[in-house]
Amino acid sequence: MQSNDLNPTSLKMARGAEQKTRYWPWLASLAVLAVVPFGVYPTFAMELMCFALFACAFNLLLGFGGLLSFGHACFFGTAAYLTGHAIKVWGLTPELGILFGTACAAVLGVLIGVIAIRRQGIYFAMVTLALAQLVFFACLQAPFTGGEDGLQGIPKGRFLGLIDLSHTVQFGERELPLALYFFVLAITFGGYWLIWRTVNSPFGKVLKAIRENEARALSLGYRVDRYKLAAFVMSATLAGLAGATKTLVVGLASLSDVHWHMSGEVVLMTLLGGMGTLLGPVVGAVTVGVLHHELASLGSWVTVTIGGVFVVCVMLFRRGIVGEIAHRLRRTI
Amino acid sequence: MDIPLQAILSQAMLGLNNGAFYALLSLGLAVIFGMLNVVNFAHGAFYMLGAFVALLGYDYLGQWLGNADMRLSFWAALLVAPIVVGLLGVIVEKTMLQRLYKVDHLYGLLLTFGLALIFEGVFTNYFNVAGEPYNAKPEVLEGAVNLGFMFFPKYRLFSIVLSLTVCFGVWYLIERTRLGSYLRAGTENPDVTRAFGIDVPKLRTFTYFLGVALAGLAGVVAAPIYSVSPKMGSDLIIIVFAVVVIGGMGSIMGAILTGLALGLLEGLVKVFYPPLANTVIFIVMALVLLWRPAGLFGKEA
Amino acid sequence: MQARFKHLALVVAGALSGAAMAGPISGDVVKIGILTDMSGVYASLGGKGSVAAAQMAVADFGGKVLGKPIEIVSADHQNKADIGAAKAREWFDTQGVDMVNDLLNSGVAIAVQKVGAEKKKIVIVNGAGSTALTNKECSPYGVHYAYDTYSLAKGTATALMKQGLDSWYFLTADYAFGQSLEAETTKVVGVLGGKVLGGVKHPLSSTDFSSYLLQAQNSGAKVIGLANAGGDFVNAVKQAKEFGIKQTLVGLLVFDTDVKALGLNAAQGMKFTTAYTWDLNAETRAFGNKYLAKTGSMPTMVQAAVYSSTMHYLNAVKAAGTDDPDAVMKKMRDTPINDFFAKNGKIREDGRMVHDMYLVEVKKPNESRSVWDMLKLVSTIPGEQAFKPLAGSECPLVKK
Repeated sequence: MQSNDLNPTSLKMARGAEQKTRYWPWLASLAVLAVVPFGVYPTFAMELMCFALFACAFNLLLGFGGLLSFGHACFFGTAAYLTGHAIKVWGLTPELGILFGTACAAVLGVLIGVIAIRRQGIYFAMVTLALAQLVFFACLQAPFTGGEDGLQGIPKGRFLGLIDLSHTVQFGERELPLALYFFVLAITFGGYWLIWRTVNSPFGKVLKAIRENEARALSLGYRVDRYKLAAFVMSATLAGLAGATKTLVVGLASLSDVHWHMSGEVVLMTLLGGMGTLLGPVVGAVTVGVLHHELASLGSWVTVTIGGVFVVCVMLFRRGIVGEIAHRLRRTI
Repeated sequence: MDIPLQAILSQAMLGLNNGAFYALLSLGLAVIFGMLNVVNFAHGAFYMLGAFVALLGYDYLGQWLGNADMRLSFWAALLVAPIVVGLLGVIVEKTMLQRLYKVDHLYGLLLTFGLALIFEGVFTNYFNVAGEPYNAKPEVLEGAVNLGFMFFPKYRLFSIVLSLTVCFGVWYLIERTRLGSYLRAGTENPDVTRAFGIDVPKLRTFTYFLGVALAGLAGVVAAPIYSVSPKMGSDLIIIVFAVVVIGGMGSIMGAILTGLALGLLEGLVKVFYPPLANTVIFIVMALVLLWRPAGLFGKEA
Repeated sequence: MQARFKHLALVVAGALSGAAMAGPISGDVVKIGILTDMSGVYASLGGKGSVAAAQMAVADFGGKVLGKPIEIVSADHQNKADIGAAKAREWFDTQGVDMVNDLLNSGVAIAVQKVGAEKKKIVIVNGAGSTALTNKECSPYGVHYAYDTYSLAKGTATALMKQGLDSWYFLTADYAFGQSLEAETTKVVGVLGGKVLGGVKHPLSSTDFSSYLLQAQNSGAKVIGLANAGGDFVNAVKQAKEFGIKQTLVGLLVFDTDVKALGLNAAQGMKFTTAYTWDLNAETRAFGNKYLAKTGSMPTMVQAAVYSSTMHYLNAVKAAGTDDPDAVMKKMRDTPINDFFAKNGKIREDGRMVHDMYLVEVKKPNESRSVWDMLKLVSTIPGEQAFKPLAGSECPLVKK
């Protein structure tokens, strides 16, 4: 498959990346993330990590597949609800609950993907939006979601039945939920690593080729629809993983997880950070998260600010923060 | 379940009423989409603005001008509000949207999404989210008409007639007049059109004006029936999107007919199985897309 | 980001220095968090008005308690349980907030009350109405202060049944709050010998109620009970008038702002139950006018309750001589509440604050002398009748 690559530059870059695979950036970021809970409020940091994974999963589809889904909240939210239900009602251990929620998101991804990938561009965006709305109303009316009240009081449980995830460690005046933090760190980091592997795999390169020129990829004999569906399902699955993990962190799943505002939010994170870059969605998620957090007392001006960021991004820097920096430095990050 | 014919007819009438709204809104969306390739996410916000222009014109205009008796009547609002909203659209088009025609169409969607958030946020900050009453319903349209099977409010009857007249008027303008042929030519083949000495950018600005003004008009028509609230557009817009997708994006007549039909369908579902009322349109959409990916009236892309 | 870390460093430093000279007041400041809806459908019921009410309470208290300053922080819970719970958790963990007040949505209120129970911090609920807060979900640190669905249903349904309006049809917002409101009302109607002929559930935030109203009309019921709130309620009433529906329309949760949105013309004659309205007596008028002068509008029952409950909390801190939640909570329970909002109000062991409720009627346009002159008192419902008796409580904290 590699020999069939359509875009010589991306091939060169990808090969370069493969050759230069170094472990120090990974180890360094892990080291930084390991000390984060001692400085930053851990619950907030864990939420940001989940949203970062969500944005990266979304970016897999938009940035590398060229498909703008405006309904990704339905995967995030469905997984959140089902994980919560599995842990709270069925008494599953946290890792099995997350696995179950993620698997359900994958199944939903197949169902929606089959319909949605028949269209492209804006059509695709509208179709995913409308289908996600269907999921939203289903969650609103399903008895197990608790409707407007949400699914609350989800216990953290014991990892593998052994390690108590609600365990906290005294640090100065504060109590740090380190067990949960490292559990979440492992999941999100693993998810991110998987995305990185995918993007740099032959599969990722075919995706990029389809994004650049679908007709050409088709004429070269690639079964474009299968690749798109695979990308869609993978993106949905990882979005589900993010949602499932978030449920465990905050202990509840609610309608806002499946609402189309959430879909809009993840688009903004990716756009702001830089779509098609690996690090962009992470930067975008953190920026949007901090923005929400710092402006929380301003009421509806938060909405105005978020809208303003959208407009500025679209008008002035479509490459996003990371994309812009990479462009200036003339290299890919 | 035993449901009398009279109940079905009444609900069908109400469905037609909603359908006329859907048609008016999805028409504007279809015009903008068909001619500019922009998914106008701000359509709901412009609808809300139209209602607010009517409300503010009636309640506050006099105070601002120092003459408390001066009020923008409903009839005047029917004309003024679409123009004011349309002009706002012109500003948006000239300063922002215009620069995005050359890049991926997705950016148009993202820009208008951002604008919708801004408009909604600003109005939420100043107005009652529960809704402000609009008291300018004209005297002539008070009361109800006896249709034999139900008493139907005169105003609603008026809104159906007005919406349908405007819808078919716009269809005629675009499909049957010289201006309309310029508009269509300008989008299908801008370079050739330009070669004929036609100002394509101006045509595009006019198109956006027209589409947005239709949303503003729908807002004025809705104001006396529903409360005027900053959030009135944000939930409606998703339904209207679905209507446009079902009708086939870009098809003018498709948008009008689908809007009416889905309003009717929704009305009937409310009789037979109310919990499904909110979702039926999306279910229809999924089914239509499986069967005809381009929508009922759309051309295969 | 840098500013954020600096900010955090300050918080940590503050927390450490606070620990160094631990006194009766943690962190040397009493912090009250107003967690409310600032941008959503309930913003006009609480929102900035609730923050203003809390500020008034602090100012009237003198700005200091036990010689330490009182501080108010506020945030928007956006009617989302996750955002509300996260904010409350963060307030308790890093900002040293001692008490959270308001909470306009049942889902958010339940979530935040859970966080409060976990962190042992006082949570006072004023905006949300679900009876779950003092039953299944009750907390030793939770107070449900203003009203609940039981008291609304009881007051309004009893009054209408007395008038012989004994057959009902419900229009219910399809979510927990609406359903609990319908269920409580159905119980009251049944006990008093009335009949419920049917009902229809509508999605939350609907715009078109005409078809539901026609179904209600066809049912032949004497009363159409609206088990919804805010915008849904306003739209339903307006459209009932438009279609000339003759049955008695009754709102089960109505705020002064809703009446204002409807206008007296559309709302006249409607009866509903409320915990407060400004024109009940000299005391309520005094508070209402003072609030009006400060904010430009009369307080809703939620905003009035925020003032009253904040005052009660501060008095309890003063009486207890500490802001330790257990001590303050005990004082709050032991001290009856006597102010413009409540007479002989008492916080029960399940967290319910029991006080008188009022049945009011919307005035006719020609009876109203000013913009805010909208309601007249029909009867006062004594607290012990207005709220659900402890005997039937599902709260595990209630000793039986």
